Amino acid sequence: MSWTVVLVLSLGAFLLKVFGFVVIGDRKFPPQVEAVIALIPAALLCALIMKDTFTAGHDLQIDARAVGLVVAVVGVWRKVPIWLVIVLACAATGITRAIS
Amino acid sequence: MDAQHEHAHEGVNYDGIVGPALALGFAVFIFAISFGVLCVNAGGSVPKAMAMSLLVFTGASQFSAVSVIAAGGTAVSAVVGALLLGSRNAIYGVAVAPWLPGSLKYRVAAAQFTIDETTGMTLVQNSPARKKRAFWVTAASIYGFWNVGTLIGALVGNSFDTQKYGLDVAFPAAFVAMVAPLLATRKAQLAGIGGAVVCLATTPFVPIGAPIVMSAVVALIALVPTQRKMQNP
Repeated sequence: MSWTVVLVLSLGAFLLKVFGFVVIGDRKFPPQVEAVIALIPAALLCALIMKDTFTAGHDLQIDARAVGLVVAVVGVWRKVPIWLVIVLACAATGITRAIS
Repeated sequence: MDAQHEHAHEGVNYDGIVGPALALGFAVFIFAISFGVLCVNAGGSVPKAMAMSLLVFTGASQFSAVSVIAAGGTAVSAVVGALLLGSRNAIYGVAVAPWLPGSLKYRVAAAQFTIDETTGMTLVQNSPARKKRAFWVTAASIYGFWNVGTLIGALVGNSFDTQKYGLDVAFPAAFVAMVAPLLATRKAQLAGIGGAVVCLATTPFVPIGAPIVMSAVVALIALVPTQRKMQNP
């Protein structure tokens, strides 16, 4: 994690916020653009979940992380508080690693 | 959703803003500690983790960038993926701007705090005064909790063996918690499934981190019905 990444990301994230708030302001995005941007988080977050659970470098693999993911999904579905979801998911993976 | 409870009284009632803002802050606090731990373990440092939370200040993007770097992805894919995730803040800005009028300096400052939580809290209020108050109270709560949490996580982060305690799973667990409220519509569910499939299908063949950027293409399904109607040769 270089300072370049930190600063470029800071500037980029800020410019996106200013672009919507100040530049576009009272006008509107075209509805199609707005609809596409609104769907990006769902696609990216699910992709990130897959990457962080089922990949190692370029390989696909199922390991102890999958156990943690299942616990997290069940926890969120059952409306368990967020802090507990994260703790339980990590614990499930840690325990699975310890005993396997 | 809002404007359902119109009360025509003189003084503005600010009840029910501080409590929810603090509750959101506590949830964010937990994410922030996780972020601090994961950031320093991905080759960050305490100053870098703090710079991210003070300056980037949009949680999903920060997690995404650190997640891609931690996996050995390139700086470009980490930044592009994170900025794609941050693009929704531009839409939030359009939505909240009418309720936060002021000088250019004021609006540029307010823009930095335009994220999921502040936008949600602002839009559900039923009067302009309450909207403005909710925006700033939530901004203060989230910014405070997010940065204090990041500092705590970053300070203790290096003392953990993240693999041993399963802390690497804090990434997907946090993403699950973030994405769940977004999957309310059929299109969002399809986008989520599509993003997951694109990621897994491309991982063996493209640079690390690129699958995250590529998954954003799935969001184009938002155009499907509209395109059919508008097919004019």
